[in-house]
Amino acid sequence: MPKTWRNHALLAYALAILAFLYLPLMILALYSFNESRINAVWSGFTVNWYASLFNNRRVLEALTNSLVVACISTVVSTVLGTTGAMALNRYKYRFKAAINGLLYLPILIPEIVMGLSLLVLFSQTAIPLGKVSLILAHITFCVSFVVITVNSRLEGMEAELEAAAADLYATPLQTFRYVTLPLAMPGIIAGALIAFTLSIDDFVISFFVAGPNSTTLPLYIYAMVKRGISPEINALSTLMMLTTVLLIILAHLLQGSPKKASPADE
Amino acid sequence: MKNGKFLIAPLLLWLGIFFAIPLLIVVVVSFAGRTPYGQVIFNWTLENYVRFFEPLYLSIFADTLWVAVLTTVFTIILGYPLAYYIAQLPKKWQQPGLILVMIPFWINFLIRSFAWVIILRSQGVLNTLLIKLGFITAPLQLLYNDTAVMVGMVYSLLPFMVLPIYVSLEQLDRRLLEAAYDLGATPFTAFRKITLPLTLSGISEGTILVFISSLGMFIVPEIMGGAKAALVGNLIQNQFLSARNWPFGSALSIVLAILSLVLITIYYKALAAGKGGGKDA
Repeated sequence: MPKTWRNHALLAYALAILAFLYLPLMILALYSFNESRINAVWSGFTVNWYASLFNNRRVLEALTNSLVVACISTVVSTVLGTTGAMALNRYKYRFKAAINGLLYLPILIPEIVMGLSLLVLFSQTAIPLGKVSLILAHITFCVSFVVITVNSRLEGMEAELEAAAADLYATPLQTFRYVTLPLAMPGIIAGALIAFTLSIDDFVISFFVAGPNSTTLPLYIYAMVKRGISPEINALSTLMMLTTVLLIILAHLLQGSPKKASPADE
Repeated sequence: MKNGKFLIAPLLLWLGIFFAIPLLIVVVVSFAGRTPYGQVIFNWTLENYVRFFEPLYLSIFADTLWVAVLTTVFTIILGYPLAYYIAQLPKKWQQPGLILVMIPFWINFLIRSFAWVIILRSQGVLNTLLIKLGFITAPLQLLYNDTAVMVGMVYSLLPFMVLPIYVSLEQLDRRLLEAAYDLGATPFTAFRKITLPLTLSGISEGTILVFISSLGMFIVPEIMGGAKAALVGNLIQNQFLSARNWPFGSALSIVLAILSLVLITIYYKALAAGKGGGKDA
């Protein structure tokens, strides 16, 4: 008897915490459909805020900037990260501690420190603050995450497959093309999706290194929030939340697959 | 691929140029002075670090530490039972449960803070509801104060606590609990003597993640805090973008970075010294 009582209490607690996590986001989304501009009183359903979003040139500009920066940073950080992870996985390196430091410090250090250090770098060099500086910064904070994601996939792979390919007279390039790359692909795609999400979502670092003509969506939302509350912010936030959730679920599904593929280990 | 070993070079070069060198420049700038117009002049000085000890800045630092401690405590109180609940679900429900906790973690801090602005502001959801229900007649000042900042911090960082605790609970050997019950332990005793000590690694990992993230946080106080709710993150941002005192801002961020890295090192040392349960989250 006391056991079921305890279970109910625990369930109630868990549900309450989940409500704490989700209610604010749901309210945010709900009010993007509210007619009233200033009040929290529900005055009718409308999709006007979404419509005005798509007619707002500055929003579309910010969206374009975000997409351009995210696409380029994703491609470059995925290539850099994947080659790095493959090399790390295959070869022994001296100064392993220094390499690991360089790889993991960007994740461990407070974002604000990374943002301002890049600002200092760009101001000391001839790189003006704008799309280029944004892209360089985004590649830098994305690349470590790609290395980690690809590496975890590579570690789950069996080295025997590559050895078998070599035994069957595949050239190293063929082995890479037909064995290593296809096996590593889910990890690479998951890494790319994570990089894309991180880039699209980034506020802190972009805040430091963006220029006046390279406003991204999060920077635009920040400017809107500072100017005053409007349901347009709700609408834009809701769209961004949806995009994030879809990308993360996709990355998760891809990353989850290697375990199903090889039930033998563990 | 004989020269495959060099495939790592582009990655290391990139991180060297865009991560290590900028950080070194910040270290150098933190020892520099500046002209009245905000120009950095390199005249090796400790004045920026000395300035850190002025009461105003020490109190901001103390506030930041205090907020970080409170945030950590609240996320443990809220997060542990949730992680416990997910860990004791049937296997096939654990993954969806975890994803439910993970999703808010991926949503932009800015958007999550803004969601609370919608709820807490004077014409916000909560005030409107309370007035409608007749509990209050005039809106309460719920936003732009220290409590609002705490709510925002706990809300933003909770998933960081739940995940590592879940991992440690998931690795817990259930047979130990059965043995304890067989020996007549009450559920509370079993929890205190077995579950809690064995999941301490998860709690401390979550503590590190939450504590460090709240030390460097500046979005939540920026969006939800009042004029005086500045934390170190806001102070640094201010030195760089408004006050244009880069040397002082650099010194502050070096202190912040060193503090964070020291905490991480202590944690990993402690983990290595212990039995090393919950090695990867």
